[in-house]
Amino acid sequence: MAAPERRGGELRRGAPGLLTRVRGYFRLHAQNLLGSLGRLARQPLASLLTVAVIGIAMALPAGLDVLVNNARALSAGWASAVDFSVYLEPGQPLARAETLAAEARGQADIVAVEVISAEEALAQLSRFTGMQAALEALDDNPLPHTLVVRPRPGLSAEAVSRLADGFESLEGIDLVQLDTAWVERFLAIVDIARRASGITLLLLGFAVVVIVGNTIRLDIENRRSEIEVMKLIGGSDGFIRRPFLYGGLWYGVIGGLLAVVFNASALLALAGPVQRLAGLYNADFALQGPGLTGLGVLVGGGALLGWLGAWVATSRHLRDIEPT
Amino acid sequence: MIRFEAVGKRYPGGGEALATLDLDIAAGEFVFLTGPSGAGKSTLLKLVALIERPSRGQVIVNGQNTRKVARRRIPQFRRGLGMVFQDHKLLADRSVFENVALPLLIAGYAERDINRRVRAALDLVGLADKAPRLPLTLSTGEQQRVGIARAVVSKPPLLIADEPTGNLDPALSLEIMRLFERFNELGVTLLIATHDIDLVTQLGHRRVELVSGQLVGDTGLGHGRA
Ligand SMILES: Nc1ncnc2c1ncn2[C@@H]1O[C@H](COP(=O)(O)OP(=O)(O)OP(=O)(O)O)[C@@H](O)[C@H]1O
Ligand SMILES: [Mg+2]
Repeated sequence: MAAPERRGGELRRGAPGLLTRVRGYFRLHAQNLLGSLGRLARQPLASLLTVAVIGIAMALPAGLDVLVNNARALSAGWASAVDFSVYLEPGQPLARAETLAAEARGQADIVAVEVISAEEALAQLSRFTGMQAALEALDDNPLPHTLVVRPRPGLSAEAVSRLADGFESLEGIDLVQLDTAWVERFLAIVDIARRASGITLLLLGFAVVVIVGNTIRLDIENRRSEIEVMKLIGGSDGFIRRPFLYGGLWYGVIGGLLAVVFNASALLALAGPVQRLAGLYNADFALQGPGLTGLGVLVGGGALLGWLGAWVATSRHLRDIEPT
Repeated sequence: MIRFEAVGKRYPGGGEALATLDLDIAAGEFVFLTGPSGAGKSTLLKLVALIERPSRGQVIVNGQNTRKVARRRIPQFRRGLGMVFQDHKLLADRSVFENVALPLLIAGYAERDINRRVRAALDLVGLADKAPRLPLTLSTGEQQRVGIARAVVSKPPLLIADEPTGNLDPALSLEIMRLFERFNELGVTLLIATHDIDLVTQLGHRRVELVSGQLVGDTGLGHGRA
């Protein structure tokens, strides 16, 4: 054996100074960060299952959010892009329709007005409906002259509605038909989907906390004797807790990254069909991914939820383990 | 260094483990704690290490009344003493070096200090060449010496051991006790619970004997070596 160094009797002799302790503290954090990752890697299957479940739980609300945002983007221009039809009273002359159209074209909020005469309307009707014979049997043309008005794009739904009301009060107008009901229905559905995605977010966020909490609880149970030893040799609660907190952090971060992968795959698979569907409504629509912000939110949110789950588990269970 | 004043300990749902015990151990002493099974030896050591708290009386360790040590202060308190266990209590998934380094890591020592001190402690117990090994690849006697290195690495003034030679053959037991004697020469106070009466007689240090939680014999302060 080598010659022993002289040992003093005082308790604090050679104890590290404040600066050393602070430096040691950060080093410990770094070691714990890597150490917890290594610990996950040592049980690859169990860890993979846990992060997969977390990934799915996080991908669902995130995916819904992407869909809702796309639906909103798709419908953004609709309310104002809707033309409305202004029907003149029967018997009003075509000249009246032309006058009204000329006046309307002068309005800033209107980009185009098309006059469809009663004759043209009848011709169209008979061409499209195949009711030619029946219509020819009529003595009089039952259809009025019509203006098809296109409001300026970007106009709010209320403004379009006010515009239409303006026509209704004019002399010689029978009826104004503003067909935005289906847009409103669509927006209502999108709104429900948005709320549903919010609720899923809450529920599945809670689920992630529970999943991580439970995993960490089992981890604590498995390392019971190690924790006892740590406490015996003077490990503080914070020291013992830290690796578990970092473990939870990793579960969340990796789960969040997985959720990004899941969503990207789903988006890729859906892009084609969605593009075709959307193209029917709005030709220059492009499916939007969650973007860098979405990635950041998923990974950051995962980190937060994982940490929270581990925090709850360690708060509840580490205290119970005492050496005997 | 250790003072028991009319200490009684009753476990919940158990009998009286210690009854009105008075004991005084000065700094620098080497004390054996003996007695039949169930006498209360482990209980006494647990009161010193704040693993248990007394039901009655005061336990004063290193000038600190253990009653006044709040729960969250216990880790700090325990860093002031070294503990050696019959079953070593080493962490199986960490190397010998990492096991011995743990108390220093906990106390926040700088890395090069840790290296130096761990090497010195392993040198002291004759295991310098075993640093990278895992504990389970060592013999029982070697594992016990790793446990001792861990207990002394942060140079605590007090070392307590509960049957540290319980699993060892006589030759190894003597070797371990000689190691403790060296620490004692360096000024460390030792309190060792043991069944090994032959060894106790052979070494001739102060001996405190318990039977059924009562002090039945004490060869006295300052008996044996200084
Ligand atoms: N956690 C506990 N709960 C209840 N009773 C206990 C507990 N620990 C010890 N006892 C009792 O206290 C008494 C003293 O036990 P202790 O472990 O201190 O004896 P010991 O002298 O260390 O014995 P041994 O030589 O077998 O280790 C025994 O009667 C034991 O049954
Ligand atoms: Mg015992």
